[in-house]
Amino acid sequence: MYQTNYHRPSSIQEAVKLMSGAAEGKYLAGGMTLIATMKQRLAAASDLVDLRHIAEMKGITVNGRSVRIGAATTHHEVESSAELKAVCPAVCALASHIGDPHVRHMGTIGGSIANNDPAADYPAAMLALDAKIVTNSREIAAADFFTGLFETALHDGEIITAIAFDAPARAAYQKFPNPASRYAMAGVFVARRDNGDVRVAVTGAGSNGVFRHQGMEAALAGNWSPDAVGNVSVDASDLLTDLHASAAYRANLIKVMTKRAVAAA
Amino acid sequence: MGVEGIGARVARKEDKRFLTGKGRYTDDMSVPGMKYAIFVRSPHAHAKIKSIDATAAKAMPGVIDVLDGKQLTADGIGNLICGWMIHSKDGSPMKMGAWRPLADETVRYVGDAVAVVVADSVNEARDAAEAVIVDYDPLPVVTDPVKALADGQPQLHPEAPNNLIFDWELGDAAATDAAIAAAAHVTEVKILNNRLSPNAMEPRAALGIYDSGDDHYTCYTTSQNPHVARLVMSAFYNVAPENKLRVIAPDVGGGFGSKIYIYPEEIVCLWASKRTGVPVKWTCDRTEAFLTDAHGRDHVSTVKMAFDSSNKITALKVDTIANLGAYMSLFSSCVPTYLYATLLSGQYDIPAIHANVRTVYTNTAPVDAYRGAGRPEATYLLERTMETAARELGLSPAELRRINFIRSFPHQTPVIMNYDAGDYEASLKAAMAAADWDGFTARKAEAERRGMKRGIGMSCYIEACGLAPSSAVGSLGAGVGLWESAEVRVNAVGTIEVMTGSHSHGQGHETTFAQLVADRFGVPIDSVNIVHGDTDKVQMGMGTYGSRSGAVGMSAVVKALDKVEAKAKKIAAHLMEADESDIVIENGELKVAGTDKSVPWFQMALAAYTAHNLPAGMEPGLKEGAFYDPSNFTFPAGCYICEVEVDPDTGQTEIVQFVAADDFGNIINPMIVEGQVHGGLAQGIGQALLEGVHYDPDTGQLLTASYQDYAMPRADNLPSFKVSTSNTPCPNNPLGVKGCGEAGAIGSPPALINAITDAIGNNALTMPATPEKVWAAAHAAN
Repeated sequence: MYQTNYHRPSSIQEAVKLMSGAAEGKYLAGGMTLIATMKQRLAAASDLVDLRHIAEMKGITVNGRSVRIGAATTHHEVESSAELKAVCPAVCALASHIGDPHVRHMGTIGGSIANNDPAADYPAAMLALDAKIVTNSREIAAADFFTGLFETALHDGEIITAIAFDAPARAAYQKFPNPASRYAMAGVFVARRDNGDVRVAVTGAGSNGVFRHQGMEAALAGNWSPDAVGNVSVDASDLLTDLHASAAYRANLIKVMTKRAVAAA
Repeated sequence: MGVEGIGARVARKEDKRFLTGKGRYTDDMSVPGMKYAIFVRSPHAHAKIKSIDATAAKAMPGVIDVLDGKQLTADGIGNLICGWMIHSKDGSPMKMGAWRPLADETVRYVGDAVAVVVADSVNEARDAAEAVIVDYDPLPVVTDPVKALADGQPQLHPEAPNNLIFDWELGDAAATDAAIAAAAHVTEVKILNNRLSPNAMEPRAALGIYDSGDDHYTCYTTSQNPHVARLVMSAFYNVAPENKLRVIAPDVGGGFGSKIYIYPEEIVCLWASKRTGVPVKWTCDRTEAFLTDAHGRDHVSTVKMAFDSSNKITALKVDTIANLGAYMSLFSSCVPTYLYATLLSGQYDIPAIHANVRTVYTNTAPVDAYRGAGRPEATYLLERTMETAARELGLSPAELRRINFIRSFPHQTPVIMNYDAGDYEASLKAAMAAADWDGFTARKAEAERRGMKRGIGMSCYIEACGLAPSSAVGSLGAGVGLWESAEVRVNAVGTIEVMTGSHSHGQGHETTFAQLVADRFGVPIDSVNIVHGDTDKVQMGMGTYGSRSGAVGMSAVVKALDKVEAKAKKIAAHLMEADESDIVIENGELKVAGTDKSVPWFQMALAAYTAHNLPAGMEPGLKEGAFYDPSNFTFPAGCYICEVEVDPDTGQTEIVQFVAADDFGNIINPMIVEGQVHGGLAQGIGQALLEGVHYDPDTGQLLTASYQDYAMPRADNLPSFKVSTSNTPCPNNPLGVKGCGEAGAIGSPPALINAITDAIGNNALTMPATPEKVWAAAHAAN
């Protein structure tokens, strides 16, 4: 690792100030990707501004079906929140399968979303839940937030402070893990609202990152059942091919995971 | 057997220090003034080095020096060598290209070392390594061994046209071809054996210490055979004469073969220590390990197996291309030849066998022995072919094997090996009973109702362990003998130290070797210390690999114990005024049989050292040494059965049961044997289901350079194993032991793949059987 300066602000304001004064600063929101990358000397932050110790960015609030999760909330806290489980257990289940216990106690929801790894789990949930990404200066709809591989709508220095969404009537997440990394090779989050609105978001498979599958959504809006997925065609041409899986195989996984998610929701 | 003797489940003595973090590994070693080395490595798979400019790097903070290959060459450090000569079938010797410890003209794989930085800290050395400017002229690349043999491909070494190292054969080609031509049925298959990365938990490391006062070198290193390391560094690399070089392999965290070889780094650390005047330590990081540890396997083979009308095998013909990477590693030549083709008879009576093996240079890391070394390749090839043949012939897999089992011993195969003992039917029966083979049909039907495809597969393996009779391996081209040494020192108070040339890097020798002594003299194992891994403490040894420590290393200990026992009895007889033939040793006492007269063990030992009252003419002291050279290989064998469920929607395979029935001969510590089998099975299942090294074919970049992309087996990939043994003692060594370290990795891959192909009804499947491959094969079958 190259030399770096570590800062631990206790307010968002202080964090922004520290960042603006840094030459090549990076926010640290768990560091489960960033620290590993820095250790390999593939990233060289002059300053690390740690967001995990800012009280206003932590914790989960549930009002009726309205959910707000502070960006510095760890995966473990999401996984084990009884209030969240009561309204949207799918998000708890998703968090419980991220990485391993060490990662879940360090990594945060804000960090995962800001990094927008194309195989991360949370982006699929955000998109399917129509979540708002709350920052220190604005609210961004999930649909506008994830802009590409490791790319988001965040401006330089902007901090995700929370995510907010209304819990849907039914939701579930199913992922097929990469045998090596255990990241999603295809992960599908399905959500259905009382008004019949259905969202199906796919992670791990798209060549441009997380995306919604309109065909699945239309089929499931008409018939919310695993069988409805059978005749939907998944176009492999926009999907990833890598060492671990071809686009055609990922297309199959998207169908299978969608089917299983609907059955589980 | 006593509670601590042969056959007892004694808890491992060494585990306390390993489990409490008190192990002492090479990276734990620290000496005054020690500095740190980081290697500058080639980012190209094939390139000419035009120039190396270390001016800026040398000026960086903390940097002691930056050294390169030209300096190493100028100082007379020799090439790395392969120590086993193989001749091609035309009589020409293998084509060994030059492997410089630091490349001075050409780099041939990504990770090839070109320079070393020595600095005050690891981080400063890394910073400086990034500042070394190497000007490369990239050359075209070839990574595929079949392609590398073709005309017009990039050439790695001028000595080896078409990258061919040797074209070797074993067996009778004419008889084999004739039998195939006359056969009632011929099964033909193409077999790929996937390339693996060894992944020992402890990465390689070296600490070189040069003492200018004595002109003496000390090398701490992660070695499975420190004496061989000293011999090779002395005799071939001109580092220092043996009496000026001490090699210590302290606690070593796993080897699996990858720590047999002498690598550039330990040579460079010793040389750099002399050049810089400071001790130099290098510790590999994980990505460096993926790049530079010797890989395993990587064979491409075609097979023809001929049967007569009664389903007896009449011939086997094998053509193999083996990828040896960019350079010939220390034992790379014997792995795809004498450790492979000699096992192609398996457990079967096959009258004619012919194997042709071509080994090839490619722009990839060197390939050498990896747990099993040649024998897994032979077993996978043979057992997949047997399963395919059974399906083609419409026989049950057990039936076809039974028809062809060797049933009388000794048995001379057509490929050198002479099997001394075995009972293959017994292992097959035990495995089928443990797996409830007959209940499979019902289980398959039940799985089908759940939408799952269930399959069952078996593998009957044999391996050759106890490497090896020195004269035999010498006649086959080995540059060393493969005996082992031991020395037993009884101290004046009766405690015992055993010096062994075997080396423990996870096998539990500190326990099992002590059990031999406890068994012989009835002393507690806590009074016995096993000393290994230091050329200053143990006179000579050949190290640990090829499941040889029990059959060869322990046999040397037994020989030394025989000598100690004989002298101890003489002393006791003299003290008790009895005849030495009447002395028996029991429970730590030397007794006169049939009387109540006895001398405690410690009192006899004290008498040996006070020397006040010894038999006339006897030398004082009690210390004996022995060398043991085996008269034959040993032949562990067994039957493994795997049962799987495949999810047809995703191709995901779940192993629902795995049964291992082994014949290891006599067993010293059943608990340790079970642990060895469990570990071997995990490694074999890793190869079959998950692991695979991949290079980009155009650039030669390693695509699986971290655990993000290289899939290791984890606990949730594995079932709870059912293991058992049914043993026929080995007739050729004093303990009747055969060896158990590699069996699991040898026998398990074909059992697993046979189970998956049974489940999906398609035989065309290669390792690793990833979900996508299984899914595609399952769909192709429908």
